[in-house]
Amino acid sequence: MTAAYAPPRGAAGAGMRAAFGVPMVVLGASYVGFGSLCRESGLTLALGLASTATGWALPGQIALVELYAVGASLLVIALAVALTNARLLPMTMVLMPLLRHPGTPRWRYYLVAHFIAVTGWAVAMQHCPKLPREQRLPYFAGFAGTLWAATLLCTGFGFFLADRVPDTVTLGLVFLNPIYFMLVFAADARHRERGLALGLGAASGPLLYLASPDWGLLLTGLLAGSAAFLADRLWARRAARRREDGA
Amino acid sequence: MSDIRPWIVLAAGAAVTYAWRGLGVALSGRIDPEGPVVRWVGAVAYALLAGLIARMIVLPLGALLATALTDRVAAAAAALAMFFVTRHNLLLAVGAGAGVLMLLTLGRMHAW
Repeated sequence: MTAAYAPPRGAAGAGMRAAFGVPMVVLGASYVGFGSLCRESGLTLALGLASTATGWALPGQIALVELYAVGASLLVIALAVALTNARLLPMTMVLMPLLRHPGTPRWRYYLVAHFIAVTGWAVAMQHCPKLPREQRLPYFAGFAGTLWAATLLCTGFGFFLADRVPDTVTLGLVFLNPIYFMLVFAADARHRERGLALGLGAASGPLLYLASPDWGLLLTGLLAGSAAFLADRLWARRAARRREDGA
Repeated sequence: MSDIRPWIVLAAGAAVTYAWRGLGVALSGRIDPEGPVVRWVGAVAYALLAGLIARMIVLPLGALLATALTDRVAAAAAALAMFFVTRHNLLLAVGAGAGVLMLLTLGRMHAW
């Protein structure tokens, strides 16, 4: 089943049109929340927009703003953002072979990699295999680039909204950030290793934050993540042994 | 100059974020994305995110300090319930979470 777009440039346009839909509404609403969070945390509009333009990946942006607001050191912030966004590495490694087309200059892959984030990645993983190879990169660039531009607008909009609407509405906007990601990851909880990491992380995150406001987040990731990884391996090994025993 | 510091923090955040994407392009096709190292990195990322989200709900900073803990937890529970009842409809679930928090907070302001 292939769905080709003629002429070649049509693929980028099709990607741009496909971006206007439910994903843009939900991601856009969350970025309105991020814009409000920036204002409530004392950042300027320019900083909020620059964060979305250059550090595009909402969980890392939220971690950065929250840690900056508690006065964490540069090292702690950089480490926490790096760990928060570490999922981008396996995501990029899985997506790139799908987008490859012989004769494409390498810099284009490095450019388009900036637009890899959960929403656009999930769509590309589903749709790109149906396209002829030469249309995949333009399609993804059109789709994810449009989402990126929309989130910039939404960041600015949320920033302006934050002190022009009643306080209660501002609270609702800021609350969109944790709620959106809680739900995105709740859909993953059935996967055993991820579910364990999420549960252990959620339980230990607030406690370790009380123990150390600036190192707590890093410790949560390293301790709870490693525990989940090891528990999952032990579990898998025991299941394999039981299968060998032929019980 | 204290105006420079947030920009340095931002630049560092952008650099470490892009580093993963650039490394992903460079490594794609060379190391196994299902291998143990990548899976451990993934588990750490998931735990860190869950810890951050839980902390933002249970022990928030800034504006959300004006809300009650029980209201935030009830709103998060409402969002989760709506998410699973509607079979993963993000838009309705996110709206339910924010809506419940706003209503409960308004209710407290007007009850006294």
